[in-house]
Amino acid sequence: MRLPLPVLVLASIAVLFFALPLAGLVWRAPWSHAWEYLTDDATVTALRLSLICSLWATVLSVVFGVPLAWVLARVEFRGRSVVRALCTLSMVLPPVVGGVALFFALGRRGIVGQYLDQWFGIRLPFSTAGVVVAQTFVAMPFLVITVEAALRQLDLRFDDASRTLGASRWYTFRRVTLPAIRPALAAGAVLAWARALGEFGATITFAGNFPGTTQTLPLQVYLSLETNPEQAIVLALLLIAISFAVLVGLRDRWFGRGVSPGEVA
Amino acid sequence: MLLRCIVVGGAALVLTMSVSSCGSDSPPPSAAGGVTGTIVVFAASSLTDSFTEIGAAFEATHPGTSVSFNFAGSGDLATQIIQGAPADVFASAAESSMTTLVDAGQNAGAPVVIARNTFEIIVEPGNPTAIVSVADLARPDLVVVLCAESVPCGAGAAAVLAKAGVAVTPKSYEEKAKGVVTKVTAGEADAGIVFVTDVRAAGTSATGVEIPTDVNVISRYPIVVTNEAPNPVAARAFTDFVAGLQGQAVLASYGFLAP
Repeated sequence: MRLPLPVLVLASIAVLFFALPLAGLVWRAPWSHAWEYLTDDATVTALRLSLICSLWATVLSVVFGVPLAWVLARVEFRGRSVVRALCTLSMVLPPVVGGVALFFALGRRGIVGQYLDQWFGIRLPFSTAGVVVAQTFVAMPFLVITVEAALRQLDLRFDDASRTLGASRWYTFRRVTLPAIRPALAAGAVLAWARALGEFGATITFAGNFPGTTQTLPLQVYLSLETNPEQAIVLALLLIAISFAVLVGLRDRWFGRGVSPGEVA
Repeated sequence: MLLRCIVVGGAALVLTMSVSSCGSDSPPPSAAGGVTGTIVVFAASSLTDSFTEIGAAFEATHPGTSVSFNFAGSGDLATQIIQGAPADVFASAAESSMTTLVDAGQNAGAPVVIARNTFEIIVEPGNPTAIVSVADLARPDLVVVLCAESVPCGAGAAAVLAKAGVAVTPKSYEEKAKGVVTKVTAGEADAGIVFVTDVRAAGTSATGVEIPTDVNVISRYPIVVTNEAPNPVAARAFTDFVAGLQGQAVLASYGFLAP
């Protein structure tokens, strides 16, 4: 297929638009000190915390997000569009506001948080669990939207066929629906993970910033911008490199041979 | 010379030419001569309320001017100006950020200190945990949050604690004073150390506990016209206004100390 020239030009500009800021970071990075900055104790601690928290946030997003997406895609009920909007609200909410809202919900004086504290002694703010909650709050909608879109595109007749052949709803979901949406599920999970990894505003507001417990890599990058911009650049590149590796690696493995409805048929 | 300058200034106005031909070092004493247009002021977050009020007062006394603000952390603002943001005036909450700007050669003239600020312990309204001194912050039953030492309020808090000889393990190092205020007013933290003006700005949602002078530290707020100011004449008029009687009265009403 021959590419129309305007498409090629516009697409090239789009690529440059994303590549240039990255090139800027690479250009300004203090390569001679990079290793020092990367092996700094604080960096290693923050990186480990970032990876652990973002993976937990991804797991929680899948566990709760897939059923939510299924309900939104398959169950007809009044107010479904309201529920859908509600569950994707955190995508457009400024993350800092999201953090404050989490206080009012799950904080020491929050609607639910006060009972978590009184009955179980659980205090989410200033804890690693709080970081996971903040990240899940902003990341899960990415998974829900992706999976719901895939479920909507799926031909319902496969499900019907499975059911009429005597399979239970759960068996149908597990053996028919889930394999068909696997690429979308993977894409959604990776998007959610990437969003969680880079999460800053809700985290610093709800969970605070303390090395080892709540100081994730993006928080460390932001704070070192004040004192040591060189280190901030190196840490930002580390964050980018990790996301890049995962996005490129997974795309080839999981999304390359996406199952289209046609293929299933 | 002065008369000539005013006359030329008047003529220049008619010819819609810039009055800066009179020499930018000696702006005309009559504010009407050339002080017009938009002035872009980059000011530290802690100046948000006071500078907004001063800006309105400046516009009222200088018809034909309009003051627009960019409020953010002093370090961020210095970086933005060095990277070419079109600022006329830079007002910093830390001398270190001003030094960064001056070192980069982005100032026109020497910075002038326009205000000072001290520190206070911020607690929940009515002080339910009965905090009376800096030493109380070490109590194990308290959730204390401080600013990170890389930002002005954190450097100040660390200095206060060092002077008082008190070791505190905070639950969080916030990236700005507002973060500490939010955590205390939301009830997540019992106490923190922030600027007196931050406590004042929180109104009835927080209470301040004074820190005695002998363990307190003072932070200075310098202001300067930038080297590449698009509107240098009006910019200088604005910095003079902030340093003058009216500006100082407004700053005092927000809890700032005279320079």
